[in-house]
Amino acid sequence: MASNAENIDNLVGQSYEAGFYTDIEQEMLPPGLNEATIRFISAKKNEPEWLLEWRLKCYQQFLSMTEPVWANVTYPSIDLQTISYYAAPKRDEDRPKSLDEIDPKILETYEKLGIPLQEQKVLAGIAVDIVFDSVSVHTTFREKLAEVGVIFCSFSDAVREYPDLVRKYLGTVVPARDNYFSALNSAVFSDGSFVYIPKNTRCPMELSTYFRMNAENSGQFERTLIIADEGSYVSYLEGCTAPMRDENQLHAAVVELVTMDDAEIKYSTVQNWYPGDEDGKGGIYNFVTKRADCRGKRSKVSWTQVETGSAITWKYPSCILRGDYSIGEFYSVALTNNLQQADTGTKMVHLGKETKSTIISKGISAGKSENAYRGLVRVGGSAENARNYTQCDSLLLGDRSAAHTFPYIECKNPTAQIEHEASTSKISEDQLFYLRSRGIQQEDAINMIVNGFCKEVLKELPMEFAVEAQKLLGISLEGSVG
Amino acid sequence: MLEIKNLHVAVEGKEILSGINLTVNAGEVHAVMGPNGSGKSTLSHVLAGKEGYEVTKGSILFKEKSLLDLEPEERAGEGVFLAFQYPIEIAGVNNVYMLKAALNGIRAYRGEPELSSVQFLKMVKDKVKAVGLDEGLLNRQVNSGFSGGEKKKNEIFQLSVLEPTLAVLDETDSGLDIDALKAVADGVNKLRIATRSFIVVTHYQRLLDHIVPDFVHVLSKGKIVRTGDKELALTLEERGYDWLAEENLV
Repeated sequence: MASNAENIDNLVGQSYEAGFYTDIEQEMLPPGLNEATIRFISAKKNEPEWLLEWRLKCYQQFLSMTEPVWANVTYPSIDLQTISYYAAPKRDEDRPKSLDEIDPKILETYEKLGIPLQEQKVLAGIAVDIVFDSVSVHTTFREKLAEVGVIFCSFSDAVREYPDLVRKYLGTVVPARDNYFSALNSAVFSDGSFVYIPKNTRCPMELSTYFRMNAENSGQFERTLIIADEGSYVSYLEGCTAPMRDENQLHAAVVELVTMDDAEIKYSTVQNWYPGDEDGKGGIYNFVTKRADCRGKRSKVSWTQVETGSAITWKYPSCILRGDYSIGEFYSVALTNNLQQADTGTKMVHLGKETKSTIISKGISAGKSENAYRGLVRVGGSAENARNYTQCDSLLLGDRSAAHTFPYIECKNPTAQIEHEASTSKISEDQLFYLRSRGIQQEDAINMIVNGFCKEVLKELPMEFAVEAQKLLGISLEGSVG
Repeated sequence: MLEIKNLHVAVEGKEILSGINLTVNAGEVHAVMGPNGSGKSTLSHVLAGKEGYEVTKGSILFKEKSLLDLEPEERAGEGVFLAFQYPIEIAGVNNVYMLKAALNGIRAYRGEPELSSVQFLKMVKDKVKAVGLDEGLLNRQVNSGFSGGEKKKNEIFQLSVLEPTLAVLDETDSGLDIDALKAVADGVNKLRIATRSFIVVTHYQRLLDHIVPDFVHVLSKGKIVRTGDKELALTLEERGYDWLAEENLV
């Protein structure tokens, strides 16, 4: 009988199921980053003058910044001049007006990913915005949502149709100067999703965006902006995949959430960008800035993420708890395998009185991967009776992976209560033997233990997504047990 | 049904079992007794296929198949079940969900169709009553927060659902008070049928008052030193294991 460690090694030789490439007509800007690139993107999208100016200002800020090196990840410096900043299926003029006009190959792509638009449209009742490389391809259910005043459209459409809203909120949560990658995104973002939920409205369905990087040598720089006005609620789902390629692709997105008084946003992500092969070749560099501004009293934002993809993940979905009694939550599963590296976590910044935050982070490291939780809990002087509870658990598979925890706590108010719990464990041979002796295959037994480990987080996901996430965790650990 | 021949087993180079011979026919209950360190648990673990044991000599045939060539889950598929001395806790995994996966794993191994959730739950409801397990425990996490008695009852409940042809009970009586012991034994007795055999591994005779064995084997220093009927267990209880050890030396 092979040793347990070897078995696990076999198991984690994973295959990437979303790694196909769709051969469609592409319009692609040659690689290179300069002012002309930005002018080209802006012109391509017929953007108003203010937005072009904003982009150019952000670009100037970007030029004065340097790539951050503090994360627990190693990679060769990214040459931004080798990336194409705009890739679009077909020509802009021929953009599809309805589902029937979408290139069947793109639809096929989404079907391969298990998200048939047609079916979703009818069955799931989920409104979907699909971002294929740089442009938003289609948004379903727009009309139906409009009946209750909910705006859900591509970022480009929002700029055209709701310029005032975009202008009012864009960059107010994540300023361009926030970090190197957010500055880059602000300069060159090409599309993304825009959501506005009007006052006292509960969005009647889950909103969903699927991101897919298809074109070669391209980067994806999408921008998501969600505004939940007073007393409103929305649940937003985000999924991502990319084809298998030998070279690394950069994904530097910015997500901004704003909640007013008594509003709530539930933001769920299942991230399955191509992680690279078992030798660490290829894969997505996922450098994403996600932040919520809980501006209103009693407002609430929940981030739930299941991260199984990307060669490198650098991502800290955060909450600025500005409004009194506001609540921030972060539930995360990050699974790394082979040579993947993840440095992910959250920031909870307590500014308002009686603000509460909860952080539950589950890291699973397999293969020779590096998995780090990095989190900041900051309580400002004005945040009377702020509370935080943090729990970080790490599960190691095999004996060549690593788990790290970097918690930062800054507290300027003596009334605050901050709790931090952390654990690291190895998948137990006794548990495996117990399940196998009951008739459960080793692979299924590992999945069961891993899913059990992640349960507190998975239960936060909307039902359809939870099923997908469980499947994904399974696939990411799956291999060739003989 | 089960034929163990000249079984030698070592752990990290040290021989624990030194030539076990044991034949178990369908419907029989065999008790394996012995002092601490005699190799009782090793025998249970080797039968179920736990890692870390090196079989240096001998064979185990189960229904004409070599058990030693099979993975633990394949042995379960063939009809072997081990009730653990220390049932394992698995956080976040629902007890019934685990059991359904187990049963369907076994059915798949045998080429039988999966049971639907409805069929499965109906069966579970009937069986949980039979072994006297609190129904509330079904939807708890596997063995998590269970009392000692509940854990052992849960093992017997799993046995009743998975319906093995050979059940190995590894010190199922350890850590149980007399009421829990009776309850667990009653559960086992209800599962005694002509096609199912039991190997009851125990340190004390008291379990055998309730689960009456057809044969009693005494294990000492990795060998079966004496085989008899249930009376042997009573003699052991009276005179202790030293009596046999001394006799052996003579």
